[in-house]
Amino acid sequence: MKRELLKFLAFSALVLLAPLLFKGGYLMNVLVFVGINTMLAIGLNLLLGYAGQISLGHAGFFGLGAYLSGILTASYGLDPWLVMPLAAIAVGCLAFLIGFPILKLRGHYLAMATLGLGIIIYIVFNETVELTGGPSGLSGIPNLSIGATTFDTDIRNYYLIWTFTLVIVLLAVNLTNSRVGRALKAIHDSEVAARVMGVNARLLKVQVFALSAVISSLAGSLYAHTMTFVSPASFGFNFSIELLTMVVIGGLGSIYGSFLGAALLTLLPELLRGAQDYDIVIYGALLMAMVMFMPGGLVRGVPELVRKVTRMKGRPDHA
Amino acid sequence: MQFDQLLQYTLSGLATGAIYALIGIGFSIIYNSTGIINFAQGEFVMLGGMLTLFFLELLKLPLWAAIPCSVLASTLGGVLFERLAIRPLRQPTPINLVIITIGASILIRGLAMLLWGKDTHSLPPFSGDEPIAIGGATILPQHLWILGITVVVIVANKFFFYHTISGKAMRACAYNRRAAGLVGIDVRRMVLFSFIISSAMGSVAGIIVAPLTMTAYDVGIMLGLKGFCAAIIGGMSSGLATVVGGLILGVLESLGAGLISSGYKDAIAFIILLLILFIRPQGLFGKADTERV
Amino acid sequence: MLEVSAITQVFGGVTALDDVSFCAAKGAITGVIGPNGAGKTTLFNIITGIYRQTSGRVTLEGKDISGLPPERLARRGLVRTFQNIELFGGMSVLENVMVGLHTKSSSGVLSCALKMPWSIAEERRIRTEAMKWLEFTAIADLADVTAGNLPFGKGRLLEIARALAVGPAIILMDEPAAGLNSRETLALARLIQAIREMGITVVLVEHDMELVMDICDRIVVLNLGKKLAEGTPREIQENPEVIAAYLGEG
Repeated sequence: MKRELLKFLAFSALVLLAPLLFKGGYLMNVLVFVGINTMLAIGLNLLLGYAGQISLGHAGFFGLGAYLSGILTASYGLDPWLVMPLAAIAVGCLAFLIGFPILKLRGHYLAMATLGLGIIIYIVFNETVELTGGPSGLSGIPNLSIGATTFDTDIRNYYLIWTFTLVIVLLAVNLTNSRVGRALKAIHDSEVAARVMGVNARLLKVQVFALSAVISSLAGSLYAHTMTFVSPASFGFNFSIELLTMVVIGGLGSIYGSFLGAALLTLLPELLRGAQDYDIVIYGALLMAMVMFMPGGLVRGVPELVRKVTRMKGRPDHA
Repeated sequence: MQFDQLLQYTLSGLATGAIYALIGIGFSIIYNSTGIINFAQGEFVMLGGMLTLFFLELLKLPLWAAIPCSVLASTLGGVLFERLAIRPLRQPTPINLVIITIGASILIRGLAMLLWGKDTHSLPPFSGDEPIAIGGATILPQHLWILGITVVVIVANKFFFYHTISGKAMRACAYNRRAAGLVGIDVRRMVLFSFIISSAMGSVAGIIVAPLTMTAYDVGIMLGLKGFCAAIIGGMSSGLATVVGGLILGVLESLGAGLISSGYKDAIAFIILLLILFIRPQGLFGKADTERV
Repeated sequence: MLEVSAITQVFGGVTALDDVSFCAAKGAITGVIGPNGAGKTTLFNIITGIYRQTSGRVTLEGKDISGLPPERLARRGLVRTFQNIELFGGMSVLENVMVGLHTKSSSGVLSCALKMPWSIAEERRIRTEAMKWLEFTAIADLADVTAGNLPFGKGRLLEIARALAVGPAIILMDEPAAGLNSRETLALARLIQAIREMGITVVLVEHDMELVMDICDRIVVLNLGKKLAEGTPREIQENPEVIAAYLGEG
């Protein structure tokens, strides 16, 4: 467990020092989104990578968090810090209730049902125009602030978002290395054996589903307050797929893998600037290639590849 | 609410429902022979429409030639997909299969966008667009084409599954893949067949609907999902139950859009999908499996 | 005492079990044998809550447990092992056994995520206890090996260690000797006897007749879904009907 702590400290140091490297340039803004997407990917990974249950509707929970925060602060003037946990609890409760019937389904059926759920939420965002502003979006969402400090610059938002992200990373690492984490992995490996050991698989799956919805909602609230504007387009089916891609590319069942996947997929469109239309093709090709050639994701695949390459070069002389 | 209006919604609903049925049967065929829900199914529907347009406009083929060419090309796409992505998969767990078919669907959609752009295109109707009056309602000749072709495809499908060796072998795979393999049926070949048939059916659906609803690189998502919904209502049957499922969905959607709100039209399909999955996962007409706790 | 009374199971018109009743006495080893297709595994799946029987009752210490799901049965002290071992392949051997201690620990999602002091203490406790069970089954040296990489024989032992960790009053073993060589089978026989010494009731389905006759106190014979005979190993060996059923099979 010492190793986990060291890993986390190293990761935190990297996060804290990154702004010095980029000197607050345009990339800072992108790194804010890397943080938000890392949270989202971790949320989905807890469900998919640990419990082995797929969701193609997580953009919906992300959107619910964003809209609840957006509407209650912009239109009703409530305090953002108050709304954020309330939204998370509300979304968590919703996911908990839907979780029971939806997680009875398995594999492909679960994928389709969560996809349907996500699309229904997306349609609601578009159609409840009085509340959400419909397809043209909701603007005027306030920035978060603590005392006299308002988080309205990229660098401030960076530290705000990444504080949350680091907390989520730490909690997720703790969770996955615990009794609950083991039970989740057990369900993934053999649900029937897990149940024979006394693991209430059904309840635990629903709990993790709700937990990952809570994390998504939190990320959504933070997104709304940093962007100060939200529109349904950010929470559609495509974004659910993008999240799935992050988790798969980074590595199922790896918290830091989720960060890698999120970072890669968030930075990719920036690298492809000018060839923007290619990103969808690249996502598709990446998803397929990962499943076919690196089913463990980057966190496992790259070290393995390095090992293979070094072995091919023959044994090093000075080893 | 007037009877005429009701009739109008029902008639146009039946035509869209027929499309959903064709797509849904495509889903079922692959599911029954492989256990895979092919998330890329909708993309073959898109390919059908877009490729017809391509043959029609860029290669200047006449419609009667462009259509079979498009079906062939889409089917070839299905074959490539099965050969290059599904068959070589080392760990065909359900999650990996979901991810790889999603990956393929995005890839196909993306390639279509790069090739043909983001614009919406329309295909010419097969035989004019003079409305035909039925009772107090009117329908287009294309509606009749859709219904007619759907019936032909479904009958041909039925014939194939019940009266040809390959069809019977595929049904055997659907009942029990291991047993089918043991009696000498080449299961992998049947998997390929199922991809061929369903991509062909999907592309036909895409072609016949394109003159009515227009087509674009991204029409595959919604059409695919609704086809899946039809298949779920039909209990993943590759026969009549899914056809009825498609028709029910088409009519409900059309009535919902007309009577309630057109904005929520797409939501209807997904609410039905969730309700069926929650309450009757065996489909509207199926018998429950032996209960296993 | 485990009591199975008048269990009938029909799968889509096929009667897999027909009015089967027997008792597994407390602290004894009861063997369930029978030719292939006799319904042994179906019977196990019903007792352990995997299937729901068409009719009949299962009671444990006089309390009705029919229809309870496996996770509830575990809390009542009933566990099982599987014919084709069901390990948690991605976890270490030690972690597998720690899952077995799930019902003996209670940290929930929140206290695990926050690493509360009591969760840390609990974690330490179940780690030590899990180690104890690995030592009992003589696989402690493999504690850090990934379970998926274990040789088959060791996998069997791990499954038993994991089941024992649950703290069962009764353990059902589905063909524990299948796939084991004769040396491993001998060790298994000793292990099962040691489990009985601890006061745990054992019920096993087994094909290895030598093993069954050797260690079982009582034997139930199933054939074609019906109970054919019940008695001590000696009585069973001399029962003409049993001999006929086995010879008839070839």
